[in-house]
Amino acid sequence: MSTRTLAVVSAGLSVPSSTRLLADRLADAAVDALRARDVDVRTEVVELRDHARDLADHLVTGFPNASLRPVLDTVAGADGLVAVTPIFSASYSGLFKTFVDVLDRDALDGTPVLLGATAGTARHQLALDHALRPLFAYLHATVVPTGVFAAAEDWGGTSISRELGARITRAGGELADLVAARAPAAADDPFADVPSFAALLHGEA
Amino acid sequence: MQFGVFSVSDITADPTTGRTPTEAERLQAVLRIAEKTEEVGLDVFALGEHHNPPFFSSSPTTTLGYIAGRTQRLQLSTATTLITTNDPVKIAEDYAMLQHLAGGRVDLTLGRGNTGPVYPWFGQDIRQGIPLAVENYALLRRLWDEDVVDWEGKFRTPLQGFTSTPRPLDGVAPFVWHGSIRSPEIAEQAAYYGDGFFHNHIFWPADHTRRMVDFYRRRFEHYGHGAADQAIVGLGGQVFVRKNSQDAVREFRPYFDNAPVYGHGPSLEDFTRETPLTVGSPQEVIDRTLGFREYVGDYQRQLFLVDHAGLPLKTVLEQLDILGEEVVPVLRKEFEARRPAHVPDAPTHESLVAARDATPEVAA
Repeated sequence: MSTRTLAVVSAGLSVPSSTRLLADRLADAAVDALRARDVDVRTEVVELRDHARDLADHLVTGFPNASLRPVLDTVAGADGLVAVTPIFSASYSGLFKTFVDVLDRDALDGTPVLLGATAGTARHQLALDHALRPLFAYLHATVVPTGVFAAAEDWGGTSISRELGARITRAGGELADLVAARAPAAADDPFADVPSFAALLHGEA
Repeated sequence: MQFGVFSVSDITADPTTGRTPTEAERLQAVLRIAEKTEEVGLDVFALGEHHNPPFFSSSPTTTLGYIAGRTQRLQLSTATTLITTNDPVKIAEDYAMLQHLAGGRVDLTLGRGNTGPVYPWFGQDIRQGIPLAVENYALLRRLWDEDVVDWEGKFRTPLQGFTSTPRPLDGVAPFVWHGSIRSPEIAEQAAYYGDGFFHNHIFWPADHTRRMVDFYRRRFEHYGHGAADQAIVGLGGQVFVRKNSQDAVREFRPYFDNAPVYGHGPSLEDFTRETPLTVGSPQEVIDRTLGFREYVGDYQRQLFLVDHAGLPLKTVLEQLDILGEEVVPVLRKEFEARRPAHVPDAPTHESLVAARDATPEVAA
C-alpha cells in the first residue's frame, strides 16, 4: 500500500509556539490513528513563519519563488491536512490567510482537513467555526467535525488539559477515517486536461 | 533568429528624480526607441496595446504606421494586440493596412488582456476571455484568408458577403504569434493553427515557461505542422546592461525596487534568480540569454524589455547601443552555431509568400 502524506501547516509566530505544539499533537494523533488502521503515513510540516517573506513576494509578483513552490506542492498533493493558526483580532492570522490566498483554487478540493486554533483566552474559540470553517468550505475541503481550540488554560496540568487531549485524539481519529477511506492523492498536471482545439472552437470547454 | 525590443508604453515616474514624463514626451520617446532599434542593428520592435492609464498605446497600428515610414528594415510587431476586446473585423482591416504601409514588415502577437474593467468598455466580459480569443481569431483568420466571408458567431453581429479591405499584401496575411503567460488553451490555439507562440517569460520562473513552450511544441507536432522542434517560439526577456556588472546593478536598483509590476516585493537579487531578469555586463546578458534555449529549445525570436519603470530615454538609448554593439552580434553567432538545420527562422512576409508560391495547391 502506498504511503500517504499528511501536510501539517502551522502559522505560529513565536519559537517555540503553542500553535506548533498543537499542530504536532494533532498530527501525532492522526498518524497514530492511521497506523492503527494499517495505513502507512508520513508528515510534512510547514512553518509559515519561515515563508513570511516568500508569501509577501508572491502577493507582489504573482508567482511562488523556489522556496515557496515545493511547500505549495506539498500541501496541494497531500492526502490530508492539519492546519493550525493563532487567533488574532477575532480571526485567523494574516499570515495564515495569505498562505490560503496563494494556494491554487482547487488545491484542497476534497482534501480531508483538521482545523486547529490557539489563543490566549478561550473567548476566541468560536473563531474556529465562524472564521476557519467557512474559509475551508470555500476551498471545497472536507473538514472533520471536531475542530480543536487550545487557549492558555488548556496547556496547564489540570482536568482541562486532559479534555484537550481527548479532543485531539477524537479529531485525529476523524481525520484518519477520512484519509484512509480516500484513494491516494494524484499529482495535479495542469496540462493533462487542456481541451482540444475542436472543443474550444465549439464552445465545449 | 530575430532580436528586438518590446515596450508596454507605461508612463512611470523616474524614481531617481520623482519626475513623470508627459504623455507627449513618452510617446515621442517610444518613437525614438523604435528608430534606434533599427539603427543599432536589431530586427524587431513590438508595442503593447492598453486602454487605461498609465499606458498611452491605445492605437498601436497608428504608432507602428508612423514607425514604418521612418524605418527601412525593422520588423514591426505588437505586445500584444487584444483579440478579446477588439472587433476582429477592425483587427483584420488595421493590420492589413499596416502591412501595406510597411511593405510587409508586420506581424502581430495576440493577447487576451488581464484587466477586468477594460472588457466592458468594449462591450465584453473578461469571464469570456478564452472563448472570445478562440472565436475572434477564427473569424480574423477567415477575413484574411478568404475574400468574401459569411459568418455567424456568439460575440458579434453576423457578416454576410463581407470583404475586409485592404486585402492582405500579396494575398498573404501577417504572421500571428499567440501570447499567453499561463493559459494552456492559448498554446493549444497557436499549435492548432501552426502559428507562433510567444511567452512573455519575464515575470515567471523559467520552469513555468519551459512547460508552456513544451506543451505548445507537442501540440504543434500533433496538428501536423512539423516536428515539435520546428514550432515557432518567441520569448520575452528583461535586461539592464552596463560595461561593469556592479554599475548595472547600482543604476538599475531604484527602477527595480519601484517598478510597477514587481516593485516593493522581492529583492533585485531574488528576482534575478527566480526570473530571466538579467542586470549586469554584456557577457552576463549573453550567457543568460543563451541559457534560455536549454529549456525552450532552439527558438526564433527574442525580445527584450528595456524601456519601462521610468527609465529615462537617454538610458534606454544607451541600452540599445550596448545591445546592438556588444550583445546581439554575439547572440546571433552563438544561437546560429547551435541551431540544427531543420529548425526554421521566424516567418517573414517574404518567406510566407515564398512558401505559398511553393505549394500552390494549398494556397487557394
